Amino acid sequence: MLERGDVKHSAQIAGAPAIKEAEPRPLPVYLRLVRDPKVVCAGGFILLLVVLAIGAPLIAPQDPLAQNLLNATLPPVGFADAEPGFLLGTDGLGRDVLSRVIYGSRVSLTVAFVAAGLACLIGSLLGLMAGYLGAITDAVISRLVDVWMAFPPVLLSILLIAVIGTGLHSVIIAIVVIDWTRFCRVVRTETMNQAQMDYVVAARTIGFSRPATLFREILPNVVPVLIALLTLEMGIAVVVEAILSFVGLSVSSDTPTWGGMIAEGRQIVHEAWWVLAVPLAALFATVVAFNQLGDGLARSLDPVLRR
Amino acid sequence: MADDLLIARGLVVAYGGHSASFLGARKPVPVLHGVDIRVGRGETVGIVGESGSGKTTLGRALLGLVRPAAGTVTFAGSDITALEEKARRPLRRRMQMIFQDPMSSLNPRHTIGRILTEPLLLHGFAASRKSALSMVHGVLDRVGLSRTTVDRYSFELSGGQRQRVGIARAVVLKPDFVLADEIVSGLDVSTQAQVLQLLKELTGEMHLALAFISHDLSVVRSICQRVVVMREGQVVEEGPCQRVFTAASSSYTRMLIDAIPLPTIDPGWLARGAATESAGAG
Amino acid sequence: MTAPRLAIEALSAISLRANNAPILRRVSLTVDTGEVHGLVGESGAGKSTIAKAILGIIPSQVKVTGGRIIFEGRDLLSLPANELRAVLGRDIALVPQDPSTALNPSRRIDAQMTDGLRLKRGLSAKEARLRARALLAEVQIRDPERVLSSYPHQLSGGMRQRVLIAAAFALEPKLVIADEPTTALDVTVQKQILRLIRALQERHGTSVLFVSHDLGVVAKICDRVSVLYMGKVVEQGRTGDVLQAPHHAYTKALLAANPRYDRPDTGLEPTPPEVVAALRAEIAAFDAGGSIGEARDG
Repeated sequence: MLERGDVKHSAQIAGAPAIKEAEPRPLPVYLRLVRDPKVVCAGGFILLLVVLAIGAPLIAPQDPLAQNLLNATLPPVGFADAEPGFLLGTDGLGRDVLSRVIYGSRVSLTVAFVAAGLACLIGSLLGLMAGYLGAITDAVISRLVDVWMAFPPVLLSILLIAVIGTGLHSVIIAIVVIDWTRFCRVVRTETMNQAQMDYVVAARTIGFSRPATLFREILPNVVPVLIALLTLEMGIAVVVEAILSFVGLSVSSDTPTWGGMIAEGRQIVHEAWWVLAVPLAALFATVVAFNQLGDGLARSLDPVLRR
Repeated sequence: MADDLLIARGLVVAYGGHSASFLGARKPVPVLHGVDIRVGRGETVGIVGESGSGKTTLGRALLGLVRPAAGTVTFAGSDITALEEKARRPLRRRMQMIFQDPMSSLNPRHTIGRILTEPLLLHGFAASRKSALSMVHGVLDRVGLSRTTVDRYSFELSGGQRQRVGIARAVVLKPDFVLADEIVSGLDVSTQAQVLQLLKELTGEMHLALAFISHDLSVVRSICQRVVVMREGQVVEEGPCQRVFTAASSSYTRMLIDAIPLPTIDPGWLARGAATESAGAG
Repeated sequence: MTAPRLAIEALSAISLRANNAPILRRVSLTVDTGEVHGLVGESGAGKSTIAKAILGIIPSQVKVTGGRIIFEGRDLLSLPANELRAVLGRDIALVPQDPSTALNPSRRIDAQMTDGLRLKRGLSAKEARLRARALLAEVQIRDPERVLSSYPHQLSGGMRQRVLIAAAFALEPKLVIADEPTTALDVTVQKQILRLIRALQERHGTSVLFVSHDLGVVAKICDRVSVLYMGKVVEQGRTGDVLQAPHHAYTKALLAANPRYDRPDTGLEPTPPEVVAALRAEIAAFDAGGSIGEARDG
C-alpha cells in the first residue's frame, strides 16, 4: 500500500485546488546552465581547451616540433635562466612545452569526443534494446556483452593495435571496442528499472508501440545516467590515450601528445621537472573538468534532479 | 446482457510460466483461477479484495495488458484476447486506465502538457500541437486544474493534483471504459473525497463504464453500483452494493465488512470474530 | 490525582527549510498510565513530528522553538544524548509504520529481536532468544521458532508487524508510540493487530500514543483522542465525545469527508469554502498572536 501523504504542503481540507504558488517558474535551459557554477567552470575550461585545440596553429607561440638544442631544458618563466619566448620552458630537445601541450590537446580532445561518443552511441542503443524489446533480444545482447567482457581489455587493445597499426584511429577504435559494454550494461539496467514504472504502462495503454514507448518515454529518463557515464568515459578516454602514447602505441611520435610528453618528461624529471609536470597537470585538469561538467549538466538539465 | 460492454469469462492468469530461460521454464504462479466479470455501459463496478486476491491482475487482464492462460475478454463484441498487439491498438483508445501511484504513472521528465497532448496527437484527435493544447485546456478546466499546469512537471504538483492529471489523461481520448486501480489509496481523506466526486461526475457525464479496484470497501460503497468481491484469485461474491453491504451471502464478505472500523464507539468490535480468524498464519 | 505518564506542554516547532513556517503550534496533550491516546490528523498535520520529538529523532531541518515533553518527571527535550538513549528502548518504544522497511532485510529475526534485550537488559544470547520466543508466542505467532529463524522477506506484512510489536513490548516499556501501525496492512489483518495491541497494552499497563489518520481505527482502540490540524490541537477529549459530538469545524469536516459503508451517500461532498476559509483564518490569527518562534522559555 502506498504511504499516505506524498503531499508536500501542509494538510488542508481544501475547497478549491490550486497550484502551489511557492514554486518559482522554471527558467529556460540556457539560463539554468549559466547559473550552475559547475557547468560554468568546468564547461568553460573544456571550451577553452577546444578553442586551444582548434586554434593551435594561431595560438601556440612556437612550433611544437622545432628542436633547438641550444635552448634545451629551459625552465618556465619566473625561474632563473628562463627565456621569455618559452613560457612554460622547453624539453630535452629544446621544444616549447606550452606549444606542445596546446597541440597535444588536439589529440586528447579528439579521442575524448569521438571515442567516448561512439562507445556511448553503440552501447546505449544496444542497452536500450536489451532492456525493453523482449526476452530474446535481451538474451542475445547480454550474452554478447558477457563474452565480450571476458577478454582482458589491455590485451585486446594491444592485439587490436598490432593488427590495425598505430595511429589515432586505432586508439579510438580500441576504446570504443572495449568500453561500449560499460554503457550497454548500465543503460540496460536503468532501462529495465524505468520499464517497471506505471508511466510506461500508461504509454502502452494510450496506444504507443514498444519502440515508440522506448524512445519517447524511457529514454529521457535514462539520459541523466547517460550524461554522467559519457563524461566519465571522456575522462577515461583521455587517460587511455595518454597511456597508449606513453608506451608509444598511439599516434606517430612527431605529433605531440600529453602521454608522450609524460614519457619523455619522466626520464629527465630531476633536471627538468616541468616537462613532466605540465602535461600531467593538463591531463588531470581535463579529467576533473569532464567529471564536474557531467555532474553539473545532469543536475541543471534534469527537471527531477533540480528540485 | 445487451448493455454489457466488457465481459470476461473463465479468466485464468499465471505469472512466470512463459518467460524464456535457458535453465528451463520456472513453475508458473497462478493468480486468477477462472474469473467471470461483466461491466455494462455507463456502469461503475467495484472490484474489492485484500492483498493477494488478484484484483490488480484482473484489471490488467481486462485491459489486455496481461495475456490470460485461459478464458476470454470481450470488449464491445470483439474478443480482445484473441487479437494480436497490432490489431488491439485501435481498441486501446476506448479502454483507458488510471493508476495507483501518481508519482510513477506520470513520466517525471515530461511536462503535464506533453503527457496530455501526446494521446491526442497519436490518435489523430488533433492535427497540431496547438489544437491539442486547446483541447487539453478544456480537460484541465473540467478536472479542476489551472491551465498553467501544462508547463509543470509532476513533482511540482500535490498528490491530489497528480491524480487529477491521471484522470484527465484517461478521459482525454473519450474512451468507453476506464479502469481505476487503487487511485485514491495514497491520498488524504479530503483529497480523496474531491477525486471521487470528480470521477463520479465524469462517469455520469461521459457515460463511462468504470471498473474501480480498491481494498477500501467504504470508498467502493460511495461510488459503485455493483461490487465484485475477490479472494485468492476467485470471485467470492458479486451483486449490487445495496444488497452486498447490508446482507452479504458469503461469510468471507461478511468478515471483510465487519473488519472495517467505523468511526463509532463499539466496545464489542475488537473481540468479535476473534475465534474464527486464524492468527499467526504468516 | 496521579501525574500523567507523558505530558506534552505547548510544543512548538518550525521548518527551517520552508522559511520558518510553523509545523507545530503549541501542542499540548497528556497520556495517563494505561491509556491509549489517539493522535489524529491528515498528512502534514505534524503527527509524526510530535512522535519524532518524543523519540529525539527530529530531522535537522525542523527546529523546536518552545514547549516541554515531560516523561517521568524529566523534560526529554533538554536531556543530554546519553541519558535520552537510556530512556529510549527501555521506557519508550516505537512500533513503526512500515513493517517492510523497519526490519533489516539482511539479518534474521532472532538477531534483530535480541539486540535490545542483550544491550539493555544484559541477557546472554541464549536467554535473549528464549525471551524472544516467548514474546512471539505472546503476539499469537503459532510457530515462533520458524519465524525466529526467518529473514524478514520470508514473512507476510502482518507477521512482520507482529514481530515489531513484540520487539516494542520486549523491554516492558512504559510508553509505546505506535506510528500508524496498521496503515500498510489488509483490513482483516489490521483488526487482528489492533486487538493484539490492546491486549498487550492492558496486560502490561503500557501507555500508548497511537498516531493515525484513520478516525475509524482511533474509534476502536483509543480512550482519548487529540485532533491535529496544521500543527495545532483543535479538539481533545474522550473518543466517544469527540466523535459523537465534535465541537470544532475541522473535526466535523473530517468526519464528513470519510466515506462509510453503512452510509452510502457519505464521503463525496467537499468541504464548503467558507469552512476552509474559517479554518485558515483561525490558524492565521493564532500565528499573528506571536506564540511561535519565541525563545524557549520552558
